[in-house]
Amino acid sequence: MAERTAPVPFRGGGFQPRPRRLVPVAVFVAVIGLWQLASARGWLPALFMPSPWQIVGALGDMIDSGTLGKHIGASLSRIALGWVLGTSAGLAIGLAMGIFSAARAAGLPVVSALFPIPKIALLPLFILWFGIGEPSKVATIGFGVFFPTVIAAYTACDSVPRNLIRMGQSFGLPAAAIVWKILVPGAMPGILAGFRITASIALILVVAAEMIGAQYGIGAFILSAGNLMQTDQLLAGVALLSLLGLAVSAVLGAIERAVLRWR
Amino acid sequence: MDLRLEGITHHYDGLLALDGIDLAVRDGETVAIIGPSGCGKSTLLGIVGGLLKPTAGRVVTVGAPRADSLNPFTYVFQDFALLPWRTVAANVALALEHHRLPRAERQARVQAALALTGLADFAAALPRQLSGGMRQRVGIARALVVRPAVLLLDEPLSALDAQTRELLMEDLLAIWARERSTRLYVTHNLDEAARLADRVVVLSRRPGRIREIVAIDVPLAERSGPAIAGVREHLWALIRDEARDAEREVQHG
Ligand SMILES: Nc1ncnc2c1ncn2[C@@H]1O[C@H](COP(=O)(O)OP(=O)(O)OP(=O)(O)O)[C@@H](O)[C@H]1O
Ligand SMILES: [Mg+2]
Repeated sequence: MAERTAPVPFRGGGFQPRPRRLVPVAVFVAVIGLWQLASARGWLPALFMPSPWQIVGALGDMIDSGTLGKHIGASLSRIALGWVLGTSAGLAIGLAMGIFSAARAAGLPVVSALFPIPKIALLPLFILWFGIGEPSKVATIGFGVFFPTVIAAYTACDSVPRNLIRMGQSFGLPAAAIVWKILVPGAMPGILAGFRITASIALILVVAAEMIGAQYGIGAFILSAGNLMQTDQLLAGVALLSLLGLAVSAVLGAIERAVLRWR
Repeated sequence: MDLRLEGITHHYDGLLALDGIDLAVRDGETVAIIGPSGCGKSTLLGIVGGLLKPTAGRVVTVGAPRADSLNPFTYVFQDFALLPWRTVAANVALALEHHRLPRAERQARVQAALALTGLADFAAALPRQLSGGMRQRVGIARALVVRPAVLLLDEPLSALDAQTRELLMEDLLAIWARERSTRLYVTHNLDEAARLADRVVVLSRRPGRIREIVAIDVPLAERSGPAIAGVREHLWALIRDEARDAEREVQHG
């Protein structure tokens, strides 16, 4: 006697993000296309919301007149200098706090008290100290980058498994070797994650600092475009910031892939 | 080099973990330490290797370790404790890097240790690419590369599945037949104790005291057969009730 057969229905699948290459491109094209269409039909007031095409045109003008390079160069050099200074100091202090109990006990209250201050609030003070020029902007960025780096570095030290350190001690490794061969490489993932945060902080601070007093720089450019109601130029500057952020994150991604290949 | 543990007692702020352990270990001997969970086995091993300071008592060595021993007391860890960013060969070399050795000898030692543990083909692999058994082989190679006088193994096979454990036990016996060290081997597994050890130290539940020391006089070669069943039974009878009590204990703190 033959029993009726029935396949077991499939119930799995889904809930698993998978890369879809075309979707992001399609969304991008659709949003910009709709925006352009809305501008062309006059649904968006051209004075307050220029069309994508006008923004591209504004960017083209900047390239032609040679101001684009000046603005980007000014912003980038401030970011680079401030970030490198803040990061070096932050790593030194943060690693010291990760290694020495005394350094942690001394540093933690100071860091906790100063970390929550929005660093742009200190720019006027830095202007009084260093003048309106470059040093006050670089100091603001460096200061803003310093504290998150300290916190990332010492928490990353804490996250290095203690059994690896005990292993080092059990083989008689000198303390310096334990720091350089075990602690620092083990803290690298946390430190690099901190870099992502400080890179975005640096971008915010450079724009803010340039809006307070600068001739060149993307922040200064956006502010002056706003003052003249040149919304196409203003948005061109905003688009530049987006591109700059993407470029920085691509560089950091490449560094992470190279340094953390073992993961 | 013989080893003497004299009245080792250890408190963890108020909690008595070990109480008056006296033990003499002869050079070249394999001593297994078994006992219920939490009876202080890891604590004892930590004290012997100088990673923990006992509350009272001391560990003394009798005679000098062999001249070529770079790190007389060397551990093999339950969780392997490999540096994930270093290759197999570099993990093994880590134990030598802070010693003044000619580069050629350093390389030769690493190669020899890798060959002894069957890792010669995996020198450039990263730990994450290896199975648990191969990772512990790296841990063993790293320990052998410094030519230890005393090998301290804290449940070295506990993180491995039963088949891998069986294979590694055979490997350990083969390695130990070729290399001269004293071994202290902490384990939960009565099989490992009965297969590998010359003597088995049975600890009571916390505070750990020596309940009995069981000498196993079956030759190593015959240990895999039924000859060892009696020893196993005996060990199990010794720890069974205490293991049950220890398991039912509510953890404080
Ligand atoms: N750092 C510590 N601080 C406080 N108590 C500890 C510490 N390490 C271990 N203990 C306690 O001391 C006792 C002995 O610990 P130990 O790790 O030596 O036991 P063990 O025999 O190795 O246990 P297991 O079989 O679970 O590995 C346990 O009760 C444990 O909770
Ligand atoms: Mg233990």
